[in-house]
Amino acid sequence: MAMHNLNTWDWETGKKLVVDTTKWKDMFGWIEEPYASPDGERIAAVVKTGDMEFSVCENDTPWQNTFDKIWYLKFGSDNRLTALVSDMGAWTVAVDGVAWENTFDFVWNTKFGADGKNITVAAQKDMEYFAVTNDIPWETRFSDLSNLTISHDGKRVAGVVPTVMIKQGDIFQFQEGCYSAVVDGKPWDATFVNLWGLAFSHDSEHVAAEVRTSLYDYTIAVDGVLWDKVYTSVWMPQFSPANGSVTAPVRIAGKWTLAQDGKPFWDRSFAQLWHHMYSPDGKKIAAVVATKYGRWTIAVNGIPWSLTFGDLITDAVFSPDGNRIACIGKEDGKWTIAVDGRAWGEKYDMVWQPVFSPDNRKVAAKVERNGHYTTVIDGKPLKKSYKALWNPVFSPDSKKILIKGIEGDPDDGKYFRQVLPVTDITG
Amino acid sequence: MHDIYNFVSGPLVWVSFIIFFGGSLYRLISMAVLARKKDVFVYEYMSLKFGLRSILHWIIPFGTVKWRKNPLFTIVTFTFHICIIFIPIFLSAHIILWKESWGISWWYISDTAADVLAIVVIASCIFFLVRRIVLPEVKYLTSISDYVILAIVAAPFITGFWTYHQWPGFKVMGIIHIVAGEIMLAAIPFTRLIHMIFFPFTRGYMGSEFGAIRHAKDW
Amino acid sequence: MAEPAIKRNDESYKIVDEGIDKGIARLSPEKIEQVINKVLAAETGARLKTYVETCVHCGLCSEACHYYLSHDNDPKFSPAGKVKQTIWEILKRKGKVDPEFIRDASRIASTECNLCRRCAMYCPFGIDIAYLMSVVRRLCHMLGVTQLYIQDTAHSHSATLNQMWVKEDEWIDTLFWQEEEAQDEISSLRIPIEKEGSEIFYSVIAPEPKFRAQLIYQAAVIMNAAGVDFTMPATPGWDNSDQCMFTGDYEMMGRLKKAHFETAMRLKVKRIVMGECGHAFRSVYDVGNRWLAWKMPPIPVTHAVEFYYELLKQGKIKIAKKYDKPVTFQDPCNIIRGKGLHEKARYVVEALCEEFIEMHPNREHNYCCCAGGGVINTGPQYKMKRIKGNRIKAEQLFATKTRGAKVIIAPCHNCHGGIEDILHHHGLDMELHFLGDIIYKVMEKPV
Ligand code: SF4
Ligand code: SF4
Ligand code: SF4
Repeated sequence: MAMHNLNTWDWETGKKLVVDTTKWKDMFGWIEEPYASPDGERIAAVVKTGDMEFSVCENDTPWQNTFDKIWYLKFGSDNRLTALVSDMGAWTVAVDGVAWENTFDFVWNTKFGADGKNITVAAQKDMEYFAVTNDIPWETRFSDLSNLTISHDGKRVAGVVPTVMIKQGDIFQFQEGCYSAVVDGKPWDATFVNLWGLAFSHDSEHVAAEVRTSLYDYTIAVDGVLWDKVYTSVWMPQFSPANGSVTAPVRIAGKWTLAQDGKPFWDRSFAQLWHHMYSPDGKKIAAVVATKYGRWTIAVNGIPWSLTFGDLITDAVFSPDGNRIACIGKEDGKWTIAVDGRAWGEKYDMVWQPVFSPDNRKVAAKVERNGHYTTVIDGKPLKKSYKALWNPVFSPDSKKILIKGIEGDPDDGKYFRQVLPVTDITG
Repeated sequence: MHDIYNFVSGPLVWVSFIIFFGGSLYRLISMAVLARKKDVFVYEYMSLKFGLRSILHWIIPFGTVKWRKNPLFTIVTFTFHICIIFIPIFLSAHIILWKESWGISWWYISDTAADVLAIVVIASCIFFLVRRIVLPEVKYLTSISDYVILAIVAAPFITGFWTYHQWPGFKVMGIIHIVAGEIMLAAIPFTRLIHMIFFPFTRGYMGSEFGAIRHAKDW
Repeated sequence: MAEPAIKRNDESYKIVDEGIDKGIARLSPEKIEQVINKVLAAETGARLKTYVETCVHCGLCSEACHYYLSHDNDPKFSPAGKVKQTIWEILKRKGKVDPEFIRDASRIASTECNLCRRCAMYCPFGIDIAYLMSVVRRLCHMLGVTQLYIQDTAHSHSATLNQMWVKEDEWIDTLFWQEEEAQDEISSLRIPIEKEGSEIFYSVIAPEPKFRAQLIYQAAVIMNAAGVDFTMPATPGWDNSDQCMFTGDYEMMGRLKKAHFETAMRLKVKRIVMGECGHAFRSVYDVGNRWLAWKMPPIPVTHAVEFYYELLKQGKIKIAKKYDKPVTFQDPCNIIRGKGLHEKARYVVEALCEEFIEMHPNREHNYCCCAGGGVINTGPQYKMKRIKGNRIKAEQLFATKTRGAKVIIAPCHNCHGGIEDILHHHGLDMELHFLGDIIYKVMEKPV
């Protein structure tokens, strides 16, 4: 997540009471789960302000506008708060309490560009489907829209749409290919049997998609042009930030490997390989792999860690310099964090995606045990637990960490924003 | 005649035992290797405890619903299978041969008992034969090879019985008996008689999937 | 001496299925041979070989199969009989079979076997006929020969990641709608959508939002009354069902399960609780996950029966007044032979109902409903075939009715479909319910 405005946040060491959420209980009869802003300055929840009348309470004040229904509260990285709202059955997006002018029969799947400026949703009106970005809907409409995907900067939007009239129950028409990818409302010329995961290139100019061209042939299409090789299956492609080439996990003879532009790329194969990702400089590729049936790990440039997990690996992330990798691993029902092939000693009931410090040296994560949440840095826990907690954020100089959480006794229900020296946790 | 006897009761015995043990081992190992390559599940989900639990139920007469539902079949098949293993090992005439060639011997059953058991085996074979011909669901599955296999299994017992009772031509029959026994041994690895070798693995695997993964009984 | 392998089932020959007809028309013997041998070489090994070579042609598995029993012990319908007509022939002829053979093979594997695994408990060797029939289905899929209806469902799975062509907004809208409906009854009720960090992701099969939305309503009432911390996703991946597993499109099966489990991971839930569905449980518990190399489900999955058991056992749901009609219980293969939930199911039934009458056979030995294994999904053309293929179920139910049972509880969607047709056809006057229906009726509800 690019936090371009990290420097503007308050990094003064100290603990600030933002709001006592127990007060909400006196104000509203209906309070949904709270969401904290990235900078921690605000906390918000959907609340009921009257009969069939909802609003969003931010800190201690509800939005002035009320709606019949509100859902999908989401903060952008610029700390603006969005919600999907309906007024008399007309749906739209509300940003910081102000609804967009256009309304639709339904909106969902809010997406932000990295800097939070561009907000996109999927929308349906009169049974026609399209995307809407910053209140501007696509001009073209489709009979369905799925796999909504935005470019890194949020300026371009892609999705998967049917491009021909699909006759219900006509399996032969379906097998001829009825779907295509659409970018900013413009579909590709080619149609395929299926398309799934879409990926934008880093310059937002190109789109790659995992496609099925018959019931049996899977491959990757880049801007509508197919790789010249087919596979028995593929997963989500990615563009290299370094040279714009496209890589994707592909299945050959029952094993998975990584292919680049239709050619073999990694020289070894795995029982599974997915969620590959590039280091920021594009020099490295890491992926979640199963080295053998039921044993999961991370492979970097095709070379797996020796540490493996039996249940799963997920949420892998590169350090900013691309030299380190952290991920979530689960074994025998217990969760932990693994960094560069070594697991933290403690195990938890749940862990969240780990976060690297900007100087690449530290890894922090939100964890949960017996319903209590805390933050752990490099395996050392903050000696305080919370009733609700959000992902920690390192300060730009990596010396401090921002903790956002609702405390239990004695400060029950109070939401604090606290900036701590990292050494307070790591010792 | 004597030469033939010496040949079949000497080198041919060796050959049949080698084929039996070597063949069975070969089948087992090649299947294990193939499974390693193509059926990882077998290794991943095989459980000693639940595999044995299932096997145990199936090798105990009336230990499963199926065995209880078909009492006659159960009695016949259990007696038959026990006898065809038991008789050749504990027959005094065989033990004498072991003693002559290797100087080893062990407990044996009386000739009368063996005689009775041989009749039981032969009767069982007839039962299986009749079953194959009469029961539509068995007949439907039956091919010539099934009769051949049945004959291979019945032959040593019929010929042995014949020889023991010194019926006409029993000397020739004795040789045929030895050859029949050898054929049966050698046939095990390469015919459906392999079920004897594979049983613990197929049953054990199903028992493991049912028991360890699906928490259910498979009997 | 030896019976010819193929006996054409005249009755089913009248069934017109465009999916099959057109699929067959596109085949040539060369293509069949090539595809079969390629698939067998690439995807089968020791299990197929061992099963075929170990089978002693004894016929003991016959009486396990409801099709066999219901067709007056016609050996063509016996488990090994189906293998003889398909796998044995294919192996014997080294894949050199004609298109009409494939037509028969598809009929046998996809409409005359429910993959219910009952026969594995009757074959002394534990030969897995369901696996062998799945291999046949896989071959048919690779040859492009599948029944039209289920193939359409498989297409829906591929395009929408759910079984019923439910669009993304329709799904969310259904949740809102059911939440609103239920709020008329319990004003504080909520169906939390996308609530990250919840204890439970409640997942359903697509026919629920499409046709049986009241089941979502009931589940919401149960969850809310029991104070369960649950959520439902607003993204594809919410559907746990899987007809691709049954058509033999394993690549799609894998894709569906990946989406399902990754949705659970994204929502940070501890486990998935799923509605009363048998086949979906099979798919998430020990079939789909395996294709992806997850030895066990990466996020544990609890079937509704087990979940209700927990709620009742822990006193999270209280019974206001027990259900007073005498009930019997249909043990669905996929959660009994598939997960051993029979005793827990009985605990639940007895906690809810005054009078419980066992049907016989029961538990692991219960007969399949004849709808499962994708058979009901092959379409309405095959309905009579299912009904005729399960006369034994009608007899079993009739006997239970004679002993006083008025209501059948079946915690499985397919069982419902199958049993409904059987009841209707035979004029068997019995009610049919899900466990959730009964819980909803008898529980104490908040206001
Ligand atoms: S329907 Fe069930 S019992 Fe019959 S063959 Fe198939 S798996 Fe076996
Ligand atoms: S019971 Fe087993 S061995 Fe006998 S015919 Fe059936 S599958 Fe073959
Ligand atoms: S529908 Fe029910 S009885 Fe039928 S196969 Fe599925 S679980 Fe078994």
